[in-house]
Amino acid sequence: MLTAQRYAREIPQRYRLEAGKCKKCGEIFFPPRLICAKCKGREFETVKLSDEGKVITYTVIRVPPTPFADEAPYAIGIVELKDGVRITTQIVDCELDKIKVGMPVRIEFRKILQEGSAGILCYGYKCVPA
Amino acid sequence: MREVAVIGVGMTKWGELWEKSFRQIFVEAALNAIDDAGVDRVDSMYVGTMSSGIFVGQEHVGALLADYLGLAPIPATRVESACASGGAAVRQGFIEVASGTSEIVLVGGVEKMTDLSAGETTYALATAADQEYEVYHGITFPGLYALIARAHMEQFGTTREQMASVAVKNHFHGHMNPNAQYPFEVTKEAVLNSSKVADPLTLLDCSPITDGSAAIILCPVELAKKISKKPIVKIIGTAQATDTIALHSRKDLTWLKSTADAAEKAYKMAEKTPKDIQVAEIHDCFTIAEICVTEALGFFERGEGGKAAEEGRTTLCRGGTPVNTSGGLKSKGHPIGATGVAQVVEITQQLRGEAGERQETGARVGLTQNMGGTGASTVVHILETD
Ligand SMILES: [Zn+2]
Repeated sequence: MLTAQRYAREIPQRYRLEAGKCKKCGEIFFPPRLICAKCKGREFETVKLSDEGKVITYTVIRVPPTPFADEAPYAIGIVELKDGVRITTQIVDCELDKIKVGMPVRIEFRKILQEGSAGILCYGYKCVPA
Repeated sequence: MREVAVIGVGMTKWGELWEKSFRQIFVEAALNAIDDAGVDRVDSMYVGTMSSGIFVGQEHVGALLADYLGLAPIPATRVESACASGGAAVRQGFIEVASGTSEIVLVGGVEKMTDLSAGETTYALATAADQEYEVYHGITFPGLYALIARAHMEQFGTTREQMASVAVKNHFHGHMNPNAQYPFEVTKEAVLNSSKVADPLTLLDCSPITDGSAAIILCPVELAKKISKKPIVKIIGTAQATDTIALHSRKDLTWLKSTADAAEKAYKMAEKTPKDIQVAEIHDCFTIAEICVTEALGFFERGEGGKAAEEGRTTLCRGGTPVNTSGGLKSKGHPIGATGVAQVVEITQQLRGEAGERQETGARVGLTQNMGGTGASTVVHILETD
């Protein structure tokens, strides 16, 4: 169950693509972290991720988990953004058989799912062909 | 550190056991292990279970299962590392015996999965991935391994036929295992033409949903020599490693670094190399996983895992290193927490020469590799008999 509190905590990342950039080595972490996995630095500045990137790998989900039961089939990929950060995201506004590795994409703000019987709408990023 | 032996192993028939409860399937396997060892007491126990809270609404399973085994007041601890929970429990049992803390330790693994609907089960399994940054977007476990499969195809030219050959081989092994959930053979065409789950993976690329349990008894080698009537099987290497929880955080999507890291340590501890391994049980939750694991364990060069499987270099009695003689997760079944323990059961039986129809002739050194999530955790054990 996705609670309102759990949802609210991730809003800066999901709505605004906020990430943490290590002040010592420059590595960008999405979501932000408290300690750098690369240099152990503990000071970060908040940066916004690039909204442009390319598909590294992808799949089409045909057997969905319960919260996405009505959505299948849908495409999900790992996208590498221009700042080098990789994210898992749905690939939409594109025919499923037209998706290719290396395809340029752009991040857009979309509805992700409708949670529970109350039908609370959950938002976040998806990517579309650039 | 004391040397540690496996003196008892136990399993039951795996499958959709709707008439049996979580506690019942565990106690059956544990009693089989106790009887096989011929011991009249157990000093401590570990239980690998991934998600009993979601599957059957039960936590606190260490105490529950010790109680139902009639073993209270011994210490009993649950160990969780997603699909590697069983392997991690074996390692804790090893450490407890090796350190001299306990003499006779029972390690069990159990999962009761079939009470839930397919959608609920898919969701429960997905808790092993990053809940906020992978699962939130609608990814599933078959989906995550499909992402790895696509990357492996792009990078190395691995084919769907090569992936299918892993399923064919594991079902060939599994059809000789009476405890397997699906003890029958499948053809390459059947795998390729089965229903799509997450492209490019189809239903027969995936391990099934299973109820099942497995258990082993560990004790110091010195004690084993006094009380055991069977060939002594020693655990000569144990290692565990972690990697990023999210698949997308890895620079190299097709390299299972936690497996490579754990294997390197286990080989070093055991003073063995990949060439010394004569039989292996590895984590084929999906066909592509077995291909990547055989590469990370050093059985084959990078990118060669699919070709090797297709050429029969991982099939029983073909002169190579047979992989998943039990049928693997694919044919034997994958009751999450039980899998890592059942791998040790199979290798122990192989090294004792008790594997029946699926015996690899003369096997003396075996390896188990049990992996959590998309490889965020791995446990490797190396076993040997004299
Ligand atoms: Zn840093």
